[in-house]
Amino acid sequence: MLPPPMTDTAPLLPPRFQDWFARRGWTPRSHQLDMIAAAQDRRDALLIAPTGGGKTLAGFLPSLIDLASRGPRNDERRLHTLYISPLKALAVDVHRNLLSPILELGLPITAETRSGDTGEAKKRRQRIAPPDILITTPEQLALFCAWEGAADYFSGLDTVILDEIHVLHGAKRGDLLSLGLARLQVLSPHLRRVGLSATVSDAEALAAWLSPPGRGRDPARIVRGAPGAAPVVDVLLSQNRVPWSGFTARHAMAEVYEAIRGARTTLVFVNTRFQAEIAFQALWELNEDNLPIALHHGSLAAEQRRKVEAAMARDELRAVVCTSTLDLGIDWGSVDLVIQLAAPKGSARLIQRIGRANHRMDEASRALLVPAHRFEVLECQAAREAVAENDLDVDPPRAGSLDILAQHIMGCACSAPFRADDLFAEVRGAGPYADLARADFDRVLDFAATGGYALAAYDRFHRIVQDRDGFWRARTAEIVQRHRMNVGSIIEIPMLSVRVGSSKGGRWLAGRKVGEMEESFLEMLTPGDTFLFAGQVWTFHTVDGMNAIVTPAPAGAEAKTPSWGGSKFALSTYLARRVRRMIADRSRWPALPDDVREWLAIQDRRSHIPAEDEMLVETFQRGERHYLVAYPFDGRVCHATLCQLLARRLERAGRQPLGFVANDYALAVWARRPLDDLDLDGLFEEDMLGDDLEAWLDDSFMMKRTFRQCALLSGLIERRHPGQEKTGRQVTFSTDLIYDTLRRHQPDHLLLDCTRREAMSGLIDVSRLARLLARVQGRIVLRRLPRVSPFAVPVLLEIGREPVAGMAQEAILADNAQDLIDEAMTLDDLMQGLTP
Amino acid sequence: MTATAQAQAAMPALAVSPCGALWVRVNGRPVQLRVSGALWLEAERTLVAADLHLEKGSAYAARGQLLPPYDTPATLSRLEAEVRALAPARIVLLGDSFHDARGTERMLPRDHARIAALAEAAELVWIVGNHDAEGLDDLPGRRAAEWTAEGLVLRHEPQPGPAPGEVAGHLHPCAKVVAARRGVRRRCFATDGSRLILPAFGAYAGGLNLLDAAYAGMFARPPMACALGADRVHPLPFARLRPD
Repeated sequence: MLPPPMTDTAPLLPPRFQDWFARRGWTPRSHQLDMIAAAQDRRDALLIAPTGGGKTLAGFLPSLIDLASRGPRNDERRLHTLYISPLKALAVDVHRNLLSPILELGLPITAETRSGDTGEAKKRRQRIAPPDILITTPEQLALFCAWEGAADYFSGLDTVILDEIHVLHGAKRGDLLSLGLARLQVLSPHLRRVGLSATVSDAEALAAWLSPPGRGRDPARIVRGAPGAAPVVDVLLSQNRVPWSGFTARHAMAEVYEAIRGARTTLVFVNTRFQAEIAFQALWELNEDNLPIALHHGSLAAEQRRKVEAAMARDELRAVVCTSTLDLGIDWGSVDLVIQLAAPKGSARLIQRIGRANHRMDEASRALLVPAHRFEVLECQAAREAVAENDLDVDPPRAGSLDILAQHIMGCACSAPFRADDLFAEVRGAGPYADLARADFDRVLDFAATGGYALAAYDRFHRIVQDRDGFWRARTAEIVQRHRMNVGSIIEIPMLSVRVGSSKGGRWLAGRKVGEMEESFLEMLTPGDTFLFAGQVWTFHTVDGMNAIVTPAPAGAEAKTPSWGGSKFALSTYLARRVRRMIADRSRWPALPDDVREWLAIQDRRSHIPAEDEMLVETFQRGERHYLVAYPFDGRVCHATLCQLLARRLERAGRQPLGFVANDYALAVWARRPLDDLDLDGLFEEDMLGDDLEAWLDDSFMMKRTFRQCALLSGLIERRHPGQEKTGRQVTFSTDLIYDTLRRHQPDHLLLDCTRREAMSGLIDVSRLARLLARVQGRIVLRRLPRVSPFAVPVLLEIGREPVAGMAQEAILADNAQDLIDEAMTLDDLMQGLTP
Repeated sequence: MTATAQAQAAMPALAVSPCGALWVRVNGRPVQLRVSGALWLEAERTLVAADLHLEKGSAYAARGQLLPPYDTPATLSRLEAEVRALAPARIVLLGDSFHDARGTERMLPRDHARIAALAEAAELVWIVGNHDAEGLDDLPGRRAAEWTAEGLVLRHEPQPGPAPGEVAGHLHPCAKVVAARRGVRRRCFATDGSRLILPAFGAYAGGLNLLDAAYAGMFARPPMACALGADRVHPLPFARLRPD
């Protein structure tokens, strides 16, 4: 039973709102009232509440109350509240939820959505006659900033609400959003900022991001919703043997199916689309009861996804196998079980997902973790404990990206002329840019104007120019138009449409669209290959423009399952530490399943169980190859970087390294020469982050990939041109050429700095590697073994399965020469009689 | 022994020069495919380079994309390096030497001077291409629609259908191979032993996959792709090529 209405609601909640709550049988929650109080005090506010806590309504209530109390409007209509949601789909949902109080209360309030999908006519009308409340996405805010007349449009803005702020703040999207906020604050100085967040471990940091200190405004008031009942999390200990490696958890699928049967509605979360496809198929093979089990991931055609969501809303499904596409969003009251298939890799993500079960505060969410292999048994236990202690991973605070700043500066110039001093002050009002140096700002401004080149070749072509009074403005209307076409912070991975083809006169005609897949996957396929997608096995035929042509594979055809696509997330630092601790602490072992315990015991006998602060290194020989396996437990990304650097050092030491492989727990390097007599402290010395790193980075494909992002985001390269749709692949190619040229001719260019900084924290995770190296220095334990140890098996099984990050492109070209032997006969006459 | 070394041992006729260049026979004539992407006709000391697309960067800049203005110097540097290495009597630029008709106007004086120096070092022949059908008039050297050297016909655009003895550019061929689940895409020469298509030489010139329909009907049999590596030209069998 809900408690009776509190007596102090009266001053905060106007009578008609009180009546509305009463009619619905609701009692205002204390955090909803606190949010109204914060609004009355004109304070910024950050609401932290678990899912299902009436968070959205708490965000909107103050605006509804304010709008309901205003008199008859004779003056010009102004936008009152801007609501920003990370997902388009979520915006639509929020809109629907918002309409019910407005309609039921009969309030004269208009609320509309606006996204990239909104029709031109509606967009135009929204500019002339703004609604009271506009629900939109961060990308649209960036566009607003580039509007002519933005100053007028937003001058009366009262409140901006940022939903799911915890997923927005820690990335480039967050940088762009924070700059947009700073802009809005300048256009409407009395603007109030409101953030809504799921549970986070560092609320103060999030509050400081939402409303940065030092702007002469009080810091955001942190409002906390009552914590929901503690979730009940179990780890599935399968009756079958836990595999050594892999990511499918196929061994436990029958038990997963039973869990689904036993629940009302289950969300089965996996980490990648491939896992989703495999799990979906495996469940249907077992589905003798014909339970309605659906599939949902980001690559399925939009209408397919909407169908699943609608069926879910109508409570017609028993389970949905899904990826992070369903991490956020829509409340489905009937979900009473969340299954995480394969380890979640981080506790924050896990808690977010668990929150999707049971959107009633008073009942515990139920979750089941299903480890896919032995190390994951340990990892899932660690994650379970982390959830119990509410120990969440923390994203380190980030300094704002300069490529995003370049985009924002361009946008401001497209909106209205500005002075550099004013814009600098405004930008420093954005959290991630609070410490931005003037020199860096000037460098970015120069980049936006001239490209920032040492060679002054483009004097006539500057994008923004300064007039005699010191105001910067876009040089031409065309430049403005082009900028607006390219605004945003999401770089799409090049995707191709997967379409069912029909053959006509030897040519393929593209038919119905099944969904979209990464170009990088499709380009690995050879015509005739079969693969699993959208819950079905397809035969691949050809790529035609932006379409991949497929036909349904013959009945009973086996999918040539992609062997990659394990986890796209790396094990978080927090979980890694817990896993290390668990392995070291033998008193914990008895709680583990038999085969895992046995595995640890044999490891203990044959090699060594590292203490929590030790790093174990094993060496052994197999055939002609000498192996070195290290166990830092620091995540795949960090390990892959370490492999690259170790390989360089071993090369220099004359050990002739041949290859390497990494997973979340360990890394292995193998060489022609013995590796058991190395000075390990020297080998893992932190100085490898100096020249070795620089030398490797410069040539790394990851730098090229990162550069592409920076080039697109900063506006150096445009994705879209008036009257022309550029495909992803064309852009990819040209940015590589530009990267090579720029690196050779101006290695200190802004975008190369930007790329390096980005790569350090992102794709190669250098900061984590630095912490790893510092941690293990002097604590490396070497075991020279006659053969492979139990711990080494999982990582060695990865050989040839995962793409080897950074495998030299030259080696790939040279390897293909092997096939020339087979073709020697056909080539012979080409070469005949040639003297070397 | 590496796979490459084995391949070489198995095919002594596949002649790799110490500088990484590859000798192949085109219509019976031995020619050298350079790592730079240029063609070297030793008997007549003729250096051939296709599709320089000079001033492509500034062409984009004029429309608002401020690409690094280093493509012209970068392309000229590579051409100069070949001239220093080979001391050719003649340099034939196989068309589309400039990205557009206004390219020569936009080019900086110091790059004009470098072209003048090239024209002094060797006879400079500008084959006219589709991108630079106009605008080459003020450059040193001679203009031609096509040129014959060592019995081979050098022209910009390949003729449709088989054309024994033709050397052309225009298509910017690229080869892509996949290994270890990663694709590598490189510029390449393409030859079936009868005709030869050169890769684009320009720093910013894009590429067209050799499996594209644009190459259909040009080769009497599946061509070999000779891909430009860091320090050698890698011969790749047609069967291993992948579409984009």
